[in-house]
Amino acid sequence: MSMINYASREINCKIVYYGPGLCGKTTNLEYIFEKVAPNTRGKLISLATETERTLFFDFLPVDLGAIRGFKTRFHLYTVPGQVYYNASRKLILKGVDGVVFVGDSQVERLDANIESMHNLYDNLSEYGLDLREIPFVIQYNKRDLPNTSSLAELEAQLNPNKVPHYEAVAVRGIGVFDTLKAVSKLVIKSLS
Amino acid sequence: MAGAGASSWSFEERDFTRIDRLLQGFLYDSNARCTLLVDRTGQLVTTAGEKPDFDTTAFASLAAADFSANDQLASMIGEHEFSSLFHQGEKESMYLADVARRVILVVLFDNRTTLGMIRIKTKAVVRELAEIFREMFDRSAAAPQGSRFEAAFVDEAEDEIDRLFGDL
Repeated sequence: MSMINYASREINCKIVYYGPGLCGKTTNLEYIFEKVAPNTRGKLISLATETERTLFFDFLPVDLGAIRGFKTRFHLYTVPGQVYYNASRKLILKGVDGVVFVGDSQVERLDANIESMHNLYDNLSEYGLDLREIPFVIQYNKRDLPNTSSLAELEAQLNPNKVPHYEAVAVRGIGVFDTLKAVSKLVIKSLS
Repeated sequence: MAGAGASSWSFEERDFTRIDRLLQGFLYDSNARCTLLVDRTGQLVTTAGEKPDFDTTAFASLAAADFSANDQLASMIGEHEFSSLFHQGEKESMYLADVARRVILVVLFDNRTTLGMIRIKTKAVVRELAEIFREMFDRSAAAPQGSRFEAAFVDEAEDEIDRLFGDL
């Protein structure tokens, strides 16, 4: 639900990073915050527990600058991944324009990925949204770890609709901007 | 939950003029410092009064989250909603009120006025704002949801995305 503000000539789009606990959603935002020029981004707001687990969300606004007279901005959000924070996750999805699913490539996290993906479908459906119809990309994170599922297996389990997917090592920034570029272009296309 | 904030809408110059006039009147009557109108999805719609010296983008996302979380708390205790929230500080306080289930009016005030005054004046202005916003939503719903931006906008935005995120 992008809001177009003709009075202030602004377009704001909401992109949500979704996925199971500890998959690297916050790490994606932290890397983006670190690398993007300070004058094109706002503060990184993190509502986290004392142990740095996301409690409610992380939030980072990134300015694309003025496009044909409209100041265009992406609002990047993460959700808390842990299963019992579903009420919070649902709230963050309100008005979402694009979704990044961050999957954890480790073999032992495959079930958690599948559960989180189902949860994403369910929560979106409560807003009348269908993942097959909104801008959506998948990032397979932690590809550098020794115990990862093969890309083919992850694709088979998590990506039946063959949306764009990216391999990543978010702590080192690998794949982070490929993912962001892909989802933001899809969101922009959906405006036209 | 479907419906609230689920569809796109646009905010035009004439909407801004009407709303700003209302908010200026409200500020004058209530003696509040400033008001912010925040969309339920966390986007800032407009501000009136003293220019806030904080990050309004972050503020809007947090205010919407605050309101949404309280909405869920309300339903857990069997209430339909908490139509307003009050946060009291030592010097600065804020009062948040729902407008037409889609927008939140945030009022920042200090000891130049009282909570009672803010509450009374907010009630009146929320009624008028709700009417304006309902008109706006009806207009957006009635408008064809076809292309809102020309292809040139998309091309230019894509170039900008490549430029901004390209070498990072």
